[in-house]
Amino acid sequence: MKKKTTALAAPFGIWMAIFTIVPIAMVLWFAFTDANGQFTLANVQEIFAFDPSKGETLWEDSFVSTILYSLWLGFLTTVISLIIAYPLAFSISRATERVQLTMVMLVMLPMWMNFLLRTQAIKSLLSESGLLNQFIGLFGFGPLEILNTDAAIVIGLVYDFLPYMILPLYSVMVKIGKSEIEAAQDLGANTFSVFRRVVLPLSVPGILNGITMVFVPSVSTFVISTLLGGSKRMMIGDVIESMFVGEAPNMGVGSALSLVLMVLIFLCMACTRLVDKSDDYEKGGLTL
Amino acid sequence: MKRWLAVLLCAVLILQMTACSAPVTSEEESEEEEEVVWDWESLPAAEKTGVTLNVYNWGEYIDDEIVDVNRAFTHLTGIEVNYKTFDSNEDMYALLSSGAADYDVVIPSDYTIGKMIEHDMLAPLNFDHIPNYKYIDDQYKDLLYDPENTYSVPYTWGVVGIFYNTKYVDEADLEQGWELLWDEKYSGRILMINNPRDAFGITQKMLGYSLNSTDEEELWTCYEKLKEQKPLVQAYVMDQVYDRMINNEAWIAPYYNGDACIIMDEEEGNPDVDFFVPEEGTNFFVDAMCVLKNSKHKAEAEAYINFMCIPEVAYANAEYIGYSSPHTAGREMQDEELRNDPVYYPKEDVLDRSEVYITLPEETNQYVADLWLKLKR
Repeated sequence: MKKKTTALAAPFGIWMAIFTIVPIAMVLWFAFTDANGQFTLANVQEIFAFDPSKGETLWEDSFVSTILYSLWLGFLTTVISLIIAYPLAFSISRATERVQLTMVMLVMLPMWMNFLLRTQAIKSLLSESGLLNQFIGLFGFGPLEILNTDAAIVIGLVYDFLPYMILPLYSVMVKIGKSEIEAAQDLGANTFSVFRRVVLPLSVPGILNGITMVFVPSVSTFVISTLLGGSKRMMIGDVIESMFVGEAPNMGVGSALSLVLMVLIFLCMACTRLVDKSDDYEKGGLTL
Repeated sequence: MKRWLAVLLCAVLILQMTACSAPVTSEEESEEEEEVVWDWESLPAAEKTGVTLNVYNWGEYIDDEIVDVNRAFTHLTGIEVNYKTFDSNEDMYALLSSGAADYDVVIPSDYTIGKMIEHDMLAPLNFDHIPNYKYIDDQYKDLLYDPENTYSVPYTWGVVGIFYNTKYVDEADLEQGWELLWDEKYSGRILMINNPRDAFGITQKMLGYSLNSTDEEELWTCYEKLKEQKPLVQAYVMDQVYDRMINNEAWIAPYYNGDACIIMDEEEGNPDVDFFVPEEGTNFFVDAMCVLKNSKHKAEAEAYINFMCIPEVAYANAEYIGYSSPHTAGREMQDEELRNDPVYYPKEDVLDRSEVYITLPEETNQYVADLWLKLKR
């Protein structure tokens, strides 16, 4: 029996090998070889603008600031998404089954549309002559200069990735039974205590999943900063893209950057797993 | 083979003479009737030769309405055309250099032609087969990428200049030339072109350098200039220029003159926007027709290029594409207004100070790319 079920994973295994393992191996290869295929650390050193002959790092020329900038925007996006998604997910999970179905559908609705189109739409909404400014103009305010700022990028990212925060939260919260909450109330817990001692601990796996699913794509996103941020400051995804296309492609450094990004994201995910100490199968995971 | 070709060329030339008399009658006709530039359909169809030419060109870069060039060519020569399009010089180059495709005629841009010549991918042209080459303005011949003009016949050309909104930009400020893009008065209303080659090219011209310079000190000076400009820039954009200029969100933007037909369009565009080419000179680019070295139908390919240089065809292409034409007779046929429009045909002395791009050495490209990333940090 066991053997048979393992075999069922074969199609995915093949898929994984061709489209994940081989590309990662190629990224590793390009990151650590020079044009002649010789092993080199030069690509990684270039990211940190490390000069081996002097043994020092030129921070000004390194990509560290770009990486930190991307991490910062990813962090903001994740926090804002969490603040918006958490109460919403809880209220959906307390509604009747039919309302729940409709609400989940509505949350997923924007995902049916191409994200580039959605980003274009956000661009027109936020622009100087856009709907938002026309609206606040009615009350004599504005125009607000949001487009071409970091705020616009974060708004765009939150808009694009919010469903990925709501859905895992909802899927965990819907399993918190009415009886658990009532039991806590019967034992004299006030609303805040119910939240802190019951709801919050039980929703931790959802929070962690949501954070991972929003943080990872927002840190590594590209194009959004070009469309909404006026391309004044590149995010790490844009830098990596520019290393593979354009007049002076540099696959070595591009691969090394992708690798550094992968390691960073892996570390972040490892941190969230540390928080989620319990291995309780029932609690964890996305179940939709 | 040779004799056969001579017959073919003669046929095309004769047809052309008969064609020349055709459009005159149509000019006076009422506007409602469709203009007939060249009534080739009434001419006898040539016998099928069984040859198929593979032509590789930019998208939306050949007329298929006014004359319907490819159909006319097949009708009159009996040579089939297998027409395919590409989006960028880099894509086209990658495909052809991989040897995965067999093309006869390609129409790349200047610097890519230089690169293809360097890599021995193009065949020298036999200009005896392309008598219509005489129509090409000398100004566009023997340019840096093909110094003796052995491999290419110019098809379209254009320049980078500045689009500005006449409502908000003081006419007197235009005298600053490229410095206008650094004018603090218009802070936050300036767009900058979002690719390193053009952005550096603009700065190089402003500072009086060559835009093919490989001097790292000059390039560094340009970088510092661009850094100085950054706080004034609303956004670095390419095709977003259209929206932002049309909606009055930005007032000043460097871009390609061929796009004036979108930005300055009376109805869909912004009639307040105008275009000028700074006196310091600019980049002017040429897309030209070439025959590939491994083409098996070189003579037919040359006949195709010759066909594209027939005045009616050149006119139809210029009208359809909207870019400036290097073809003297084709340009003559355009409306007086368009033909003398400084947007499409900038003053000659400005052009004298302008340059085409040539392929830069890899180190220079790398250096510019690094500076560009540094600018965007």
